[in-house]
Amino acid sequence: MAAIKIHEENDQNVKSIAADIKPKNKILFKITKFNPHVDTHMKYVDYDVEYEHWNTVLDALLMIKHKVDPSLALRYSCRQASCGSCGMMINDKPSLACFTKINELGSDVVKIEPMSNFPILRDLAVDFTQMFNTHKKLKPYIIRSDSEISQSNEIKEFSQDPDSVEKYIQFANCIKCGLCNSACPTMATDSSFMGPQALTQAYRYVSDDRDKGKNTRLKIIDERHGIWRCHFAGSCSKVCPKGVDPAMGIQFLRSYLLGFRD
Amino acid sequence: MTEYIEYDLLIVGSGIAGLRAAIESAKQNDTLRIAVISKVQVMRSHSVSAEGGTAAVLFENEGDNMESHIYDTIKGSDFLADQDVAEKLCLEIPKEIYQLEHWGMPWSRRKDGKIAQRNFGGYSYPGATYASDKVGFFEMQTLYDTCLKFDNIEFFNEWYVTSIIHDDKKFLGVTAIEISTGAFYTIKGTALIIASGGAGRMYSYSTYALSSTPDGLDMAYRAGMALKDMEFVQFHPTGILPSGILITEGARGEGGYLLNNNGERFMKQYAAEKMELAPRDIVSRAIMTEITHNRGFIHETGVQCMQLDLRHIGDDILKEKLGAIREISFKFSNIDPAKEPLYIRPVCHYMMGGIHTNIDGATELQGVWAAGEAACNSIHGANRLGANSTSECMVWGKITANMAVNYIANAQSESQFPHHLVDAEEKRIYDGIFRGGGKMNPYEIREKLTGILNDKAYVYRKESELIDGLKKIRELRNTSWRRVDDHAQEYNTNFINVMELDSMFRVAEVILLGATYRKESRGSHARIDYPHRDDNNFLHHTLVYYDINDPIMKKHPVTITKYKPVERKY
Repeated sequence: MAAIKIHEENDQNVKSIAADIKPKNKILFKITKFNPHVDTHMKYVDYDVEYEHWNTVLDALLMIKHKVDPSLALRYSCRQASCGSCGMMINDKPSLACFTKINELGSDVVKIEPMSNFPILRDLAVDFTQMFNTHKKLKPYIIRSDSEISQSNEIKEFSQDPDSVEKYIQFANCIKCGLCNSACPTMATDSSFMGPQALTQAYRYVSDDRDKGKNTRLKIIDERHGIWRCHFAGSCSKVCPKGVDPAMGIQFLRSYLLGFRD
Repeated sequence: MTEYIEYDLLIVGSGIAGLRAAIESAKQNDTLRIAVISKVQVMRSHSVSAEGGTAAVLFENEGDNMESHIYDTIKGSDFLADQDVAEKLCLEIPKEIYQLEHWGMPWSRRKDGKIAQRNFGGYSYPGATYASDKVGFFEMQTLYDTCLKFDNIEFFNEWYVTSIIHDDKKFLGVTAIEISTGAFYTIKGTALIIASGGAGRMYSYSTYALSSTPDGLDMAYRAGMALKDMEFVQFHPTGILPSGILITEGARGEGGYLLNNNGERFMKQYAAEKMELAPRDIVSRAIMTEITHNRGFIHETGVQCMQLDLRHIGDDILKEKLGAIREISFKFSNIDPAKEPLYIRPVCHYMMGGIHTNIDGATELQGVWAAGEAACNSIHGANRLGANSTSECMVWGKITANMAVNYIANAQSESQFPHHLVDAEEKRIYDGIFRGGGKMNPYEIREKLTGILNDKAYVYRKESELIDGLKKIRELRNTSWRRVDDHAQEYNTNFINVMELDSMFRVAEVILLGATYRKESRGSHARIDYPHRDDNNFLHHTLVYYDINDPIMKKHPVTITKYKPVERKY
């Protein structure tokens, strides 16, 4: 891979580096640069990137950081779609950079922007404080009085058959990457909306037959910025990189409140 | 300028060990002020990538037994494990499996409603407890979510700890940078648990998350604690090409074959009985031996490799039990494992070594404990068995928390705080690194460093190469790499990356020193020039202490209770 910075608004300083592997493909990356503490407005910087067919968007961004612009701010860790660090807008769609191959984008330009509906810390790194706080508020853990094993307990599991696991496991695949909240049209207009991430995790625990906290959680989500604000656009489910279906989870939660399920 | 804040217990790292420690300490004392500090956000730690299982004896009535888990672990370690520590792990872990289950862990289940287990390398009984092939991820999620029950656990997301402050007798605090603002803090505390994980990003071909650098090991080392057994680096047999992402041992546990270019299951030459499920060190050596004898494949990237064939397992079982592996194969290698074999190669996966601790996870500095992969309590000796690392994290997360809570309850009033050490640390990182004025690209230097370890201290090692590696690392260290181009305060990961590189130089040197010193082959440390285990001269741990001039090496005895070292056969 190789990259060349070719154009930056307000800065005609061009840096270049030599290719280290024989290039196969070339593509233009257009990346948001913005430090809210210093800059008055966002700008895009263009980079020419040469890549191999196995390279991901994260590979390209790190190569740019390592060889052209060390100041590029982004969050990343596992590079295998397990840790949920590298959510960003890739060609206008909330996506994980490590789980988006460059050659599957089918475009000549790759536009990279920070996730929408999150405050920007710098460049592509956004602030998760509100999402993590809302997740906590919905009590995402098993609620029952005997959930602690003590020395005196006879040690054994709460029995659960594979079908019961099946009921909640898809919702447990949430990696807290925030893509669903970023895609959500309600979050865009109501910044206090609880959001699909937290609501889905409330459902994950409600649908676990070991849990006894259903009513506690239903009470919490039944408020002005809670479950009723969702209008089932379904954007959340389309962008989830782990196949979680938050829209369905929210639908199920609502059916409890409406008395269709108990 | 530094700002001061204060907590009772500091936990550095928010992976499985750190979170388990946080829950235990909060449970023991709800007035304790607990700070969990990590350079990554919660749920981003490398523990999420653990795939295959957590070993535990759950079904003694069905044929498993404690004795075999203990002995498998010790034999797997090539008899360098401290046997009392191995015994402790095996006795404690079943309770942790059930506790996790009570907290909501989605363990895969048998039809009878009990927790399911699968086969793993080096075990006499299929005792790896699993949740599909995302065990570490679900363990982290269960622990993190459970932490949220406790209001006295506070998470410091994206804070980079730079040093440990002590007065030569006991722990007093750490210095840290809040990454989002760039502010430099001193966090005072009575006790510290280091749970910063492994450091496999020192190798260029690695299963580890990009954040797994040795900063946690290095801050302990610089503070005077020993690093133990660092020469023992585990190379997992099946890292998928070209990324090095892990293909779990569970893939072989479910029946996968390793094939050479004659289509042979070559493991029959190396471990006739256990075949593909021999311990990792043995399988990795077998792969490299096959490659050396031209029985491997050449991947399109030019790298030599071997095949892992899962086709006969069938798409249904792959979907059900190895869903993440399927996804990884499709996405990162363009291969459908139900239709084509995967291309794999031994890959840096785990460090048996770490911060020297005793059986309770206590380090040599009063008030400091270490748990999980960052620690070396000598549970794994020279080679860790698969499915024994997540268990180690939970068992010692809990043990160290109990120790620390007790210590805090009995701690004497604070001694004079050594502010001059904070000033010195500020000077070290800001004058020495941030304004280091280097001329070279630190990312290129890091690429060279990780390439050196990969070339010189890989599966097979020999004296001349190790000495050459040491020389090259030291030469590289003397180049002008202390360069930070980004001078913004906010979210400056360029600065963090150069500090990580700084820590790599010291810890890479320790790995090579240990590997050069150990003139024998034991577990993961295979010396071409000394192909046999030498219990007369090397049945001991190595300790390396930091010194301003050259590192100082010492020996440390192995605890042997009742299992006499014998030759390992599988």
